[in-house]
Amino acid sequence: MKTFRQHSLLIVSATVLVIFTAVAIFAPFIAPNDPYYVDLTQKLQPSSKGYPLGTDHLGRCQLSRLLFGARTSLSTACIVMSITFCISVPIGIFAGYMGGIIDTWFIRICDMLMAFPSFLLSLAFVGMLGPSYGHLILAMVCVQWVFYARFIRGMVLSVKERSFVMVARICGTSPFKIAIKHIVPTILSSVIVLLFMDIGGVILSISGLSFLGLGVQPPNAELGMMINDSKPYFRSHPMQMMYPGLIIFFVVISFNVFGESLRQWLQVERRL
Amino acid sequence: MIRFIYKRLLGAIPSIFGLSIITFLLIQLIPGNPVLTYLRVSNIQASEEVVQALRVKMGLDQPLIMQYVQWLANVLQFDFGTSFISKRPVVDEMVLHFLPTLQLTTVAFLLIIVCSIPLGVTSALHRGKWFDKLTQLFAFSSVSLPTFWLGFLLMYFFSVQFDLLPVLGKGSVVHFVLPATTLAIGYIGTYLRLIRASTIEVLEEPFILYAQARGLKERTIVWRHILKKAASPTLTGLGMSFGNMLGGTIIVENIFAWPGMGQLLVESIVNQDYPMIQACVLLLGIVFFLTNLLVDILCGWLDPRIRLADDRIK
Repeated sequence: MKTFRQHSLLIVSATVLVIFTAVAIFAPFIAPNDPYYVDLTQKLQPSSKGYPLGTDHLGRCQLSRLLFGARTSLSTACIVMSITFCISVPIGIFAGYMGGIIDTWFIRICDMLMAFPSFLLSLAFVGMLGPSYGHLILAMVCVQWVFYARFIRGMVLSVKERSFVMVARICGTSPFKIAIKHIVPTILSSVIVLLFMDIGGVILSISGLSFLGLGVQPPNAELGMMINDSKPYFRSHPMQMMYPGLIIFFVVISFNVFGESLRQWLQVERRL
Repeated sequence: MIRFIYKRLLGAIPSIFGLSIITFLLIQLIPGNPVLTYLRVSNIQASEEVVQALRVKMGLDQPLIMQYVQWLANVLQFDFGTSFISKRPVVDEMVLHFLPTLQLTTVAFLLIIVCSIPLGVTSALHRGKWFDKLTQLFAFSSVSLPTFWLGFLLMYFFSVQFDLLPVLGKGSVVHFVLPATTLAIGYIGTYLRLIRASTIEVLEEPFILYAQARGLKERTIVWRHILKKAASPTLTGLGMSFGNMLGGTIIVENIFAWPGMGQLLVESIVNQDYPMIQACVLLLGIVFFLTNLLVDILCGWLDPRIRLADDRIK
């Protein structure tokens, strides 16, 4: 019972996240209607039996769109985070382990990319490439990986000096094997905690870009875009923007609470 | 101190250089040919001669390095080219839009300082009590709120339902209330937690115990000892957020139809007005960078240990 009280926030937030993920994955089976079916005779309807949360300005089922929107937002964030992870771990380890000129250049590139506010930089990338789903992911990854790679490099610098790595090197283990067998397991928990702490912010950026019309493109449903769609009707139909915002809020706060309690549980140092 | 400032300024040169390189390279990301884009948005028929002539005129026949040097030389003379859409110099439009953004950010910034410092210190002093728990809840929720949703919520409740504040646009002081609040709330949550953490750290130091043992009033301890010590990490964070807020205004300006840089930037993106996008990104990047530099120097001034540590490393 004591452990439950200690980790109550972790357990509650994890449960909420599991529910959200399940809903997102099974959205096609749960959704009462086709989220893309346009029926202008049914536009801006209040909730009814056929449409539990009413319809939007094109007569599409609001509930179904919310389910599919959550699916898009969550899956996009997961894709961005996975790619970021796959890019930054090798680069960070490589730069930290090799040191010397590679490291110097790595730091230089990082400094260049970190010289901009991150939301501005992803906006600029999308702006230049032109708005599309692929470009959204590309832009998010381009901005995100630097922070992780740099953080990982910092950790590798200290892990490199620890005795078990030294011993492995003296034994003649190849650098590749040292990285996989000794360095990755040591830093993995910290990196994963960081990923969970940041994923909320990434969801906010994705839906923010989609809100500006520069992220996920119609007709695909996305929560930020739905808020933008409801903009002209928010005086007469305030619930249209209430639902997607609430879902974003609950998803992001669960991720933030989960990340923070995970950090406390695994006792990972807070990043500055 | 002067040595410290001098060093920081010297160290800033490569960063400014990097900033300009990234901004310049952004243009290279454009899919296809910028000449054709220019002709398309200007509604000019793209014949072979026109394309060739424009290529030479825009300097696109030069190698990349030469293009960069040329661009940098122009930028140093505040010449960012002409807008694809309005055909006016980009600088004119930027000056027009920069001031509103700066005003909005400054007001939001003051709001953050006024709210987060008292809340953070008070919740640290009452650690574990209901006030602390309440502020923690607020901190977590405010960071998770999507700005674009919060903006509409505030607009709905304060303007549509109760008709207290104006909805859109920019004019008198009251027009600042909603956009600045929307912009500030997330940061208030972040800094509240930061200030709480650093205050708690200071509270455990022996000199606080000594001050209490001397029988100093709590108010004196808070003002003279705690705030002074906790100021440096807070300042660093706040300064960094000033630049980040310039990025955050992009969304807020679009909600409240605020005639600032953010709106200009999004409009240019929609219109494929590349010189304008480039100039906006560069300007916001430079402001971000300068505020960080200023904070760095300010911290060195406030905390002599930072200056000394700097000397020791070199």
